[in-house]
Amino acid sequence: MIDRHPWLDALAHAVLIAGVLIVAFPVYVAVIASTHGPNDFMSGLVPLLPGSDAIANYRSMLTDGLSSSGAPPLGGMLWNSLVMALSIAFGKIAISILSAYAIVYFRFPFRAVAFWMIFVTLMLPVEVRIVPTFKVVADLGLLDSYAGLTIPLIASATATFLFRQFFLTVPEELMEAARIDGAGPLKFFRDILLPLSRTNIAALFVILFIYGWNQYLWPMMITTTSSHYTIVMGIKRMSDVADALPQWNVVMTTVVLALLPPVIVVVGMQRLFVKGLIETEK
Amino acid sequence: MQTKRTVFGNRLLPYAFLLPQLAVTVVFFLWPAAQAVIQSFQREDAFGLSTTWVGLANYVDLLHEPTYLNSLKVTAIFAPAVTLLSVGLGLVFAVSLDRLVRGSRVYAALLVWPYAVAPAVAGIMWWFLFNPTIGLLPYLLAAVGYRWDHSLQPTDAMILVVIAASWKQVSYNFLFFMAGLQAIPKSMIEAAAIDGAGPVKRFFTIVFPLLSPTTFFLAVINLVYAMFDTFPVIHATTGGNPAQSTNILVYKVFVDGFIGLNLGSSAAQSVVLMVIVVTLTVIQFKWVERKVNY
Repeated sequence: MIDRHPWLDALAHAVLIAGVLIVAFPVYVAVIASTHGPNDFMSGLVPLLPGSDAIANYRSMLTDGLSSSGAPPLGGMLWNSLVMALSIAFGKIAISILSAYAIVYFRFPFRAVAFWMIFVTLMLPVEVRIVPTFKVVADLGLLDSYAGLTIPLIASATATFLFRQFFLTVPEELMEAARIDGAGPLKFFRDILLPLSRTNIAALFVILFIYGWNQYLWPMMITTTSSHYTIVMGIKRMSDVADALPQWNVVMTTVVLALLPPVIVVVGMQRLFVKGLIETEK
Repeated sequence: MQTKRTVFGNRLLPYAFLLPQLAVTVVFFLWPAAQAVIQSFQREDAFGLSTTWVGLANYVDLLHEPTYLNSLKVTAIFAPAVTLLSVGLGLVFAVSLDRLVRGSRVYAALLVWPYAVAPAVAGIMWWFLFNPTIGLLPYLLAAVGYRWDHSLQPTDAMILVVIAASWKQVSYNFLFFMAGLQAIPKSMIEAAAIDGAGPVKRFFTIVFPLLSPTTFFLAVINLVYAMFDTFPVIHATTGGNPAQSTNILVYKVFVDGFIGLNLGSSAAQSVVLMVIVVTLTVIQFKWVERKVNY
């Protein structure tokens, strides 16, 4: 602190408290709504204090879903989301660390071409190539499968760049020493580079897990039956149903279950999260 | 392009390492993108039996299609509004936190977690808060005499999606501004303080100019976010309505191509979007390296 301005400090606290409240407010209302019965949302104002139906709501949504309107139980959707998020995170990390290794530690024809091909994926979000990508996935018979949910999303320019950047900072002497000691490329990768990359892998994992869990358009397009619904896209089905007959309590139960896992990951691994976020964007 | 001073001599291994990444890239990224470009110059008959080359006709049609022009206009309001709101709030929170010695970690922890919330989930939560019959915010607005109804009022709908899309992005911008603030040498601030500059003057003459690379970077990133990643917000809440007032470009591509099955037009829209992303990405990579302003 350079000079003392008590009123400015007070203002800073006030701004931050207001910020924390604004940020938390929608989630608070959602959590409260998930503890009420359906009749509390017919008219008047949303409840702002906890109700007594929390256990009933969560239990029935996890095991039965909205059976009256054809929405599947959330337990299965949570499982699908978990499989999708983990496969995408590990898949992206695995194929990116290998490509970065090839690009940094080898010289071969078309190296620059490969690098630019990976770079271009940054500029092609799903949204801009949606119909043809759907067609490719359909032609390959991957609709409504875990492979279809994950493989088309696991190319990653940002992860490749992050590993490339990191490998370039690894001292030259390490590899020279390893070669003198007779280590080949596979051994060097497995015994030296991979252990050195641990923190980067963990930081990337946090970011990519969130990315995978929060996918919406992609699972919505390629899941045709409820067996592969993920929870984030499932919310929309719940709310469509709820719009017709107000069942806000179950929609908000779904919302809470959908946001909890990634939020827990971020809160539990805050350090890695911040590192991952800031380094992947450089 | 950089490599190591010494490299491994193996000839086939690097290709094997690159194969999975490149296979996914070609099959699911480059090939579909090329298809979109080709389709944008074609037109299918009503039964999908034959396609003919139509040159630029799909693009020309877009320029004469009122809903597309409207969608451009909507995006031109939506994306800058989201960027301004989320970057602005991120800056305000980061600068406030930077003043504090005590409690800053607690505040930071309480501000960053919304980044983990999916845009679709954020959309549904704000949709609930703004629900015209039972929502809390319309209730409060009614107390000051405003009848909120985002299912009928275009402006209300736009405000709803802008808030929902910005909410989760504030934490992202906050983190980057925090990193930017920490990188400013304390000696500069001290020197200005000794010369008699107060906190407000120091902010506008030193801190904010030194943050300009961060601000510029975030402006680009947030524009990309608002233009492309907010699809779920729109889809889960307004569905582009009322009266097309929240029908942003990515949402329209989806509706025309996936639901309306108007392939030629959807492909032409995709290509326009690709040009926009490419431009923004090039700006990001070219200009962010060359520091802005100092």
